Amino acid sequence: MKYVEEFRDAEKAKVLVHEIDKLVAEIDVAKERPIAIMEVCGGHTHSIFRYGLEGMLPKEIELVHGPGCPVCVLPMGRVDDCVAIAERPEVIFTTFGDAMRVPGSKKSLLQAKADGADVRMVYSPMDALALAKKNPDREVVFFAIGFETTIPSTALTILQAQAEGVENFSVFCNHITIVPTIKAILDSPDLQLDGFLGPGHVSMVIGTAPYEFISHHYKRPMVVAGFEPLDVLQSIWMVLKQIKEGRAEIENQYARIVPDAGNRAALTALSEVYELREFFEWRGLGSIDHSGVRIRAAYRAFDAEAKFATPNIKIADPKSCQCGEVLKGVIKPWQCKVFGSACNPETPLGALMVSSEGACAAYYQYGGVKKREAVS
Amino acid sequence: MCLGIPGRIVAIDDAVRKLATVDVSGVKRQINVACIVSEDHPVEACVGDWVLVHVGFAMSRIDEAEAAETLKVLTELGEAQAEMEAMRLSGAA
Repeated sequence: MKYVEEFRDAEKAKVLVHEIDKLVAEIDVAKERPIAIMEVCGGHTHSIFRYGLEGMLPKEIELVHGPGCPVCVLPMGRVDDCVAIAERPEVIFTTFGDAMRVPGSKKSLLQAKADGADVRMVYSPMDALALAKKNPDREVVFFAIGFETTIPSTALTILQAQAEGVENFSVFCNHITIVPTIKAILDSPDLQLDGFLGPGHVSMVIGTAPYEFISHHYKRPMVVAGFEPLDVLQSIWMVLKQIKEGRAEIENQYARIVPDAGNRAALTALSEVYELREFFEWRGLGSIDHSGVRIRAAYRAFDAEAKFATPNIKIADPKSCQCGEVLKGVIKPWQCKVFGSACNPETPLGALMVSSEGACAAYYQYGGVKKREAVS
Repeated sequence: MCLGIPGRIVAIDDAVRKLATVDVSGVKRQINVACIVSEDHPVEACVGDWVLVHVGFAMSRIDEAEAAETLKVLTELGEAQAEMEAMRLSGAA
């Protein structure tokens, strides 16, 4: 309860926790094993750790931290491709700050920059386009990462580059999509989940309909959740209520931001510029069918993969890393052999330690180490 | 990146390209508003809107109370500071 007094509505939180306790007591399966609820989104993971929400919940509830952190699931091979592009003398390589420290097989972008590559942090893909217009004699490449929350932004930037006839701008596309990823998790034999907290801002773009297969086919409940601590607690309560009543539905706790139909303008731009890849490689999870997008042939002039030769080699995750098991929720971060020792936020081995939305970094930052000591 | 940050649109810079200036806790920068405009809510009507901004794109219109609460949580998560620092370093108006 360390952080509970910081809540705007500490009383409301206590009431919610009490209601959760009551519901759990009425769920039969909870007497035999913990109820496993996965928060898909890294933003939720961060909020759960920052506010100590796990510590407030009854022991019958197990929160499984899902793969929804785009920085964390970047495979080494793609980082190597970034470095190869960035090291070309004509290239200005632009990236969000989060991606700078993700380890490749030889170096991160930060190390490439230290070695002389022109790598620049930008806030927005629009800044990369502006840089291209300012530097017509250079090739400006934007490193595009993220789920559907950020895919419309690079789609719209490419459309603007085309409209303005900017020829020295391209996008190295590493966008990934949420639905095939959830499906892969549900098909994973070593993982038993009872319900999901759905991602808030991905759903703001795609709406709630794409999740229907979770209730129809897999008979699991999902509640699309906001990021404030009360949102997360209320969403957990809503998942439990469905379990108790034997329902499996897609509910929307975050309706103030998430329209059920999603954002039409964003979806139009997305499908105009991007199409599904047959498969995409994830750090820790391996290859997942249709889980990534690529730039359509009509916009090939803006596709860095078409413009530059990249090594495009699949690099196995470091053997000592257990990111995959952590991502799938099979083990907790502190159960990984290198957690907190060889792998820490200063010198991350696995990407889950890089971003504040990664489960390992969150555990490390907010008392996960203490938790490990308490357990061992 | 994924959590975004709330801001208020203070000016329309280019109605055709759907570019506007947003004020995020005193930091002003240009954003794209294509995802929040529609026939019912044209570009010109966006001034004064509170919006959730993701990597330079307004992705959702929100109300003022929601903006304030979101900003508070983002500050507690350390995300607001990171986001505004990135804005300042990169193309802040």
